[in-house]
Amino acid sequence: MDDLAQFKQTFFAECEELLGDLEGHLMALQSGEGDNNTLNAVFRAIHSIKGGAGAFGFDRLVAFAHIFETVLDLMRDGRLEPTPDSVLLVLHCADILSDLVKAAQNGTELPADHENEGRKSLIDLAATVGVNADPHAADDELAALDAQLAAGGPDALMEAAAAPEPAAAPEPAAPAKAPMLKFLVKFTPRDALYQRANEPLILIRELKELGSFLAKADAEGVPPLDQIQPEGAYIKWEFEIETDKGEQAIRDVFEFVIDDCELEVTCLNPPAAAAEAPAQPAADAAAPKPEAVTPAAPKPATPAPAAAKADPHAAGDGATAKPAAAAKPEGGAGGETKAVRSIRVDLDRVDKLVNMVGELVITHAMIAQQTEHLHADQHPELANGLAELSHHIRDLQESVMAMRAQPVKSVFARLPRLVRELAMMTNKKIRLDMSGENTEIDKTVIEQLGDPLTHMIRNSCDHGIENPDDRVAVGKPPEGVIHVSADQRGGRIVIEITDDGRGINREKVMRKAIEKKLVAPDATLSNEEIDNLIFLPGFSTADTVSNISGRGVGMDVVRQNIQSLGGRVHIQSRPGQGSSFILTLPLTLAVLDGMVLKVGIQSYILPLANIVESLRPEPDQINIVANQSELLRIRGEYVPLVYLHRIFKVPGGIDDPTKALVIIVELEDSSKMGLVVDEIIGQQQVVIKSLEENFDPIRGVGAATILGNGRVSLILDVAGIKHIAENESQQRPSPQARLAAPALQASA
Amino acid sequence: MASAERAAGATATDHAGRSLRTVQLVSFTVGNEEYGVDIMAVREIRAWSETTPLPNTPEVVRGVINMRGAIVPIFDLRARFGMPRTEPTKYNVVIIVSVASRIVGILVDAVSDIITINEDEIRPMPNMEQVSGLGFMEGLITVGERMVGLIGLERMFSSRMLEAADSAGNKPMLAGPSESTGAAA
Repeated sequence: MDDLAQFKQTFFAECEELLGDLEGHLMALQSGEGDNNTLNAVFRAIHSIKGGAGAFGFDRLVAFAHIFETVLDLMRDGRLEPTPDSVLLVLHCADILSDLVKAAQNGTELPADHENEGRKSLIDLAATVGVNADPHAADDELAALDAQLAAGGPDALMEAAAAPEPAAAPEPAAPAKAPMLKFLVKFTPRDALYQRANEPLILIRELKELGSFLAKADAEGVPPLDQIQPEGAYIKWEFEIETDKGEQAIRDVFEFVIDDCELEVTCLNPPAAAAEAPAQPAADAAAPKPEAVTPAAPKPATPAPAAAKADPHAAGDGATAKPAAAAKPEGGAGGETKAVRSIRVDLDRVDKLVNMVGELVITHAMIAQQTEHLHADQHPELANGLAELSHHIRDLQESVMAMRAQPVKSVFARLPRLVRELAMMTNKKIRLDMSGENTEIDKTVIEQLGDPLTHMIRNSCDHGIENPDDRVAVGKPPEGVIHVSADQRGGRIVIEITDDGRGINREKVMRKAIEKKLVAPDATLSNEEIDNLIFLPGFSTADTVSNISGRGVGMDVVRQNIQSLGGRVHIQSRPGQGSSFILTLPLTLAVLDGMVLKVGIQSYILPLANIVESLRPEPDQINIVANQSELLRIRGEYVPLVYLHRIFKVPGGIDDPTKALVIIVELEDSSKMGLVVDEIIGQQQVVIKSLEENFDPIRGVGAATILGNGRVSLILDVAGIKHIAENESQQRPSPQARLAAPALQASA
Repeated sequence: MASAERAAGATATDHAGRSLRTVQLVSFTVGNEEYGVDIMAVREIRAWSETTPLPNTPEVVRGVINMRGAIVPIFDLRARFGMPRTEPTKYNVVIIVSVASRIVGILVDAVSDIITINEDEIRPMPNMEQVSGLGFMEGLITVGERMVGLIGLERMFSSRMLEAADSAGNKPMLAGPSESTGAAA
């Protein structure tokens, strides 16, 4: 039973990937960039899902996938033209399929009519070219198909899939008339076959289905009992089969084990050479007629794709060119997915490896520190060895990290559907553009990115983009555009969600914030501060609570989620022109390059990514404002000074900035701060250890690490430090304290 | 024998009076007082080593140590009892315990004994305890002439160890008379 559960898990993991790919291919189709390869890839994805689903007995999923597949098959054969209408239908059905997969995965039942509409449309569509795609017409065949599936896995299906639609293809109809042929099959499994948990018995049973059958086992190779390897392959088989299904059908049975066995199929009474041709799987027939696939003259009645082409100015200059460029290689890749060689590895194992490498980094630092006092010329080998080791560890670490990294595509893939559904629910026209899907981030980050992204997209669709009429009224194209991009900048990943909607209504936000007592009534806030008020808990300006957003849980949760990943989120808004959510995330959660600082009796790590520069200021560079806030003037810019020893209450810190060191740090909202510390000890790569595992979060401290001497050192969180600094200066009576406390968080 | 009372980690009470469950405690001293914790919660006992202080945390939090790659916070039991912080020497001892899936260390003066008792030997705290803010005490045991206080770790380390974390202030969390964790005692 456990095995089955594990296989199911693998199946659903695969489904998720397949559905993700599917979405990408369908988008390409919709935008008119799909070609035959794309259609093939779509077909393959559905087919694989159906195959797996059949093996686990998800009948409903199989039934729907089957009809879906039939229609796609017609499309790639060129008999059904992928018009914008039919592509929309296919998109819609892909959503249904994904619902069905979800339901199967969670063991929930969808309402009985969930797929009916899509199903009917598909059948109707197939009917337009005279194909009956309804499997109920051929229930028996379907049952037979299931049985075969259960025994043989998805590929037995190739043949069977064609069967329920005899009218569909003239070619598959041919095998019925094929002559009975007699084959001799020699099957010699290798050890690997058993190691991969294949069972010859199942293969043999499947062979037996093909026709009259005689099996001979050759047990000559079996060694004496004491020499038997439990996973060894010792028995060979010879089968004589008389079948009308052709040689290919026999080979198909062995398809999954072909690399792990020797297989010889000889025909004992070869007929006229042509007899085998019809038995080729239908997939091969897909290649011809590429011209039918390119959307021939899209009807003007179809909204989305037509509009996408009609108003290139809506998306700006680059935006229209980009998706085209992005889609091209993807379409190409669809055809050759099999070229990528990969294995599935349990994430736990990778994590273990990551941890071990982390320990290795620490141990190396420890050894290096111990040997520091030895003279390099007395122990040249030792010094060289350590340098080598350091290199290797870094390489190892990067390789391990790369194993955990995944393209953000996997999260982005669910967005098109979300936008489609939201557009439908709100009666708006919204197009989604995406770029940088191949940017890679740590898997943990990816996993936790889904919810916040969904929230932000919802927010953009619901609050950002206006109704088509309103848009036209202000001179915008009726279709709104949401652009989601991912990009690597420095040591961080930046994800931007930009809409061209109405932007934030600052007056309304301010009113609401005062109403909800989130901001003092007499406070004057900068535009950016007002915009970022929407991240406060309990804030929502939607006048009516909609199904989509507006319950006031959302943006603050988004911010919490992102912060717990070590990231930041803020918003930029231009009234009337739209808003951008900007999200910055760490590349990895495991290691960072840091600067070791000394403050009083303590040392801390400051992430290198935050540091702009460090300097020891001259007295005339220090200016005092309002008798208390110190500003450092640097190249015409004023940067507030923050004393780390005061913030953290560390005894013995240097109080005079001209004798200490000022490190200029930059925060994610690109504000700057001068952190006053005693001295910089050095740069070091550190392994991030969670404080929260055994303790609670501490403001100003992002995480901890272990230094070469075995001591724990804290990794600073500059945004948190800024928050403490602002809060403390606010507690002092000051005319500058103008915000209510929570509002300050918003700008952090 | 008195009737059985609620004991550490055990809910079964037996009025038959004979074969009650036995409980093993690790007992230790803080000043002149002696306390015990359930031995099942104890992961290891180690000598005091310098901690890395955590900024803006209450007195009871001594900081964190590296325990074979894990970051473990250390709490000063003496400070928890409202006394001044321990001045640790190399003879001081840290008892590493696991509480609600977290690993924490308790700084005490010395480990004294392992005590095996029957559950029914645990006496309830007299009623005054709720006033004095000792809600984490689960009961009292008499060993010879000594009194040993049984500490309920779950009660002492509620899941949110540092309520002050959000305000960055010095709100007392584990220390102080405004103890509220004992409400259920």
